[in-house]
Amino acid sequence: MNQIYSRGPSLPLRLFLAVVCSAGLMFLDRYTDSSTQLRSYLTAAASPLFYVASLPQALFSGASEQFMSQQTVLDENARLKETLLQQSGQLQLLRFLQQENEKLRALLGSSAAIEDKSLVAEVLAVYSHPFSHQVVLNKGSNDGVTEFQPVIDDQGVVGQVVSVGPSSSRALLISDNTHALAVRAERTGVRAIVEGLGQWDLLRVMHLPHSTDIREGDRLLTSGLDGRFPEGYPVAKVVRISQDASQPFMVVYAEPYARLDRIRHVLLLSGRSEAMAEAAEILPPEQP
Amino acid sequence: MRKPQRLGFIYLSLFVALLLTVMPMPQIVKLARPDWALLVLMYWTLALPQRVSVITAFFTGFIVDVLVGTVLGVNALAFSVVIFVVAQHHLKIRNFAVVQQALLLGLLLALYQLLLFWLSHFLTGVYFRPQYLWPVLTGMLVWPWLFWLLRRYRRQLKIQ
Repeated sequence: MNQIYSRGPSLPLRLFLAVVCSAGLMFLDRYTDSSTQLRSYLTAAASPLFYVASLPQALFSGASEQFMSQQTVLDENARLKETLLQQSGQLQLLRFLQQENEKLRALLGSSAAIEDKSLVAEVLAVYSHPFSHQVVLNKGSNDGVTEFQPVIDDQGVVGQVVSVGPSSSRALLISDNTHALAVRAERTGVRAIVEGLGQWDLLRVMHLPHSTDIREGDRLLTSGLDGRFPEGYPVAKVVRISQDASQPFMVVYAEPYARLDRIRHVLLLSGRSEAMAEAAEILPPEQP
Repeated sequence: MRKPQRLGFIYLSLFVALLLTVMPMPQIVKLARPDWALLVLMYWTLALPQRVSVITAFFTGFIVDVLVGTVLGVNALAFSVVIFVVAQHHLKIRNFAVVQQALLLGLLLALYQLLLFWLSHFLTGVYFRPQYLWPVLTGMLVWPWLFWLLRRYRRQLKIQ
């Protein structure tokens, strides 16, 4: 009945076209630099859809907050006040230490670390494919988010922004297997690279020689040498070390401090210290 | 002259499927989410192969890529290939009972997951975990209901 409509390219030809186009897209996305720009445009175009998709969740949580009992709210308020008091106490000490540190740095003649500004963003509850560990944030270029901005939460480093739309942005988590960052062990100062494995709770510490002094329970902090992440933020804790002499390097696994599978609010850090800028000049920027 | 074909409703159903694709779900059932967009595309390809086939699948796959954050073009390619197979055999598949269809389309869903994994493995080096195959099972379970629902939708609205 539909002879008129069955005209146009035949089915195999259409498949061929589709395959060629997708292969082109994959190449463009994976092996060229223009993809960051392209992805930003696409994120911008898709952001209304993200908001619509997260609407039911937002309504539910809004409703449950409405009907929360007063006692719960009072308890929560008391707990938060206590935490605030404790933390502002610690902050007073921190201010003093910061001043002292700046003075010492000035005496040593080294560059002072510039104070970071930060921006709070909420994770939009939308799904990402298990092959790519990414989250969508509810802040975009209108709020001053830029590409490659580091993202942290209250526990540790979460990831970095990879594409920015006007009102939403996408962050790549440290557990994605295309993500790597430079770290330093807190106890010994050993430098290393931590790579994601595509699992929420496990990262791999790469290229550590067998003689390296590293133990289970060591804290890994960002070293700032990658030119993306500022120095000193906690990343992960070493949980498993297996020394197999047949392997060229030690196999070390670490568990991220940030609960990557249940993050809700994150901080976007901005403002690069001079040391980071220097490091960025020396090292070529790594692929996200 | 023909009446307007009401193709808008096809795209509306695809849009809803895309929304379901990114809708937040509890952590436990997250990995078991059926591939809604692919299932809806399969239905329309079986029902109206002259309207919906490889090219629509390509564009839907591309949007899925953008939404779920896989490498651009991976879902587009996998969707196109799977829908190509469905479109080639739509006359045969149509004649099966719904349960048989579900089994057969389960195979195709597995093919989709396989293609997706292969491409992602070559491009970004992901590791395989058996949990990634849950959508095949849930997709098969969902198919009879989806088929019934979309057929009613199509007949009510007289989409041709």
